[in-house]
Amino acid sequence: MLNPDSVGRTFHSAKSFPVTAADIVDFAGVLGETDLSVAPPTFSIRISLDQFHEVLTDPQVGLDWSRLVHGDQKFEIFRPLVAGDLIACSSTIENYKVVAGNEILTVRSDLRAGDELVASSWSTLVVRA
Amino acid sequence: MINVGDVIAERIFWIDRDLLKSYADASGDQNPIHQDEAFAKSVGLPDVIAHGMLTMALAGKFVSDWAGGPAAVKEFSARFVKPVIVPANAKVDLTIAATVAEVDGANIRLNLTATSAGVKVLGMTKALVVKS
Repeated sequence: MLNPDSVGRTFHSAKSFPVTAADIVDFAGVLGETDLSVAPPTFSIRISLDQFHEVLTDPQVGLDWSRLVHGDQKFEIFRPLVAGDLIACSSTIENYKVVAGNEILTVRSDLRAGDELVASSWSTLVVRA
Repeated sequence: MINVGDVIAERIFWIDRDLLKSYADASGDQNPIHQDEAFAKSVGLPDVIAHGMLTMALAGKFVSDWAGGPAAVKEFSARFVKPVIVPANAKVDLTIAATVAEVDGANIRLNLTATSAGVKVLGMTKALVVKS
């Protein structure tokens, strides 16, 4: 179970994520996207999911990654990510509830290049009972 | 001229195990339920399932293509209601369509539908684009 003290907390990534042209080519290639000038709109999930894995599974937070299901996802994109961006991600557990033994949490991720907020996303994660 | 209620013709994306492997590598999501049939079945799934975020990314490609490129997408949301089941040695469809929900100059809101094998896989799928 999630440690209730974690709700409302914001977790900052230990290191920033460098977006490379090769990362964009790989992700776009899966989708058949030929415009490689910017990252596809959902690319940033790569950065936020990495961070979830790193910080939310810390025993102090207590998320059980092995029973995790992705419930829903929302992106607000202020500008597309581009090769050369160095992205810092901070994630906040905005909401947490337990329904029929399933833990449901909403995590907001803010992605910044320096001081510029480039995208925010919300992920609803469900830990199955 | 784009009007509320306009329908954007459906398009089929084909998903197979190779695509799941490519997406796992490109996204960093190496959860074995998306690649390993024995593991998927051991946790109660009918077979390997596609990453929900892959289905959403393909819906994003549908939106990008209509709007004029990946930079056109400003907001995008979806709920993962049912998995896309991907048997070995098979291609399964992901069928996407959309309708125009709101028009405010170049800012256009779309409501999308996504099915696989006739089953709705994404719900509440919405996008805001600046159409060029």
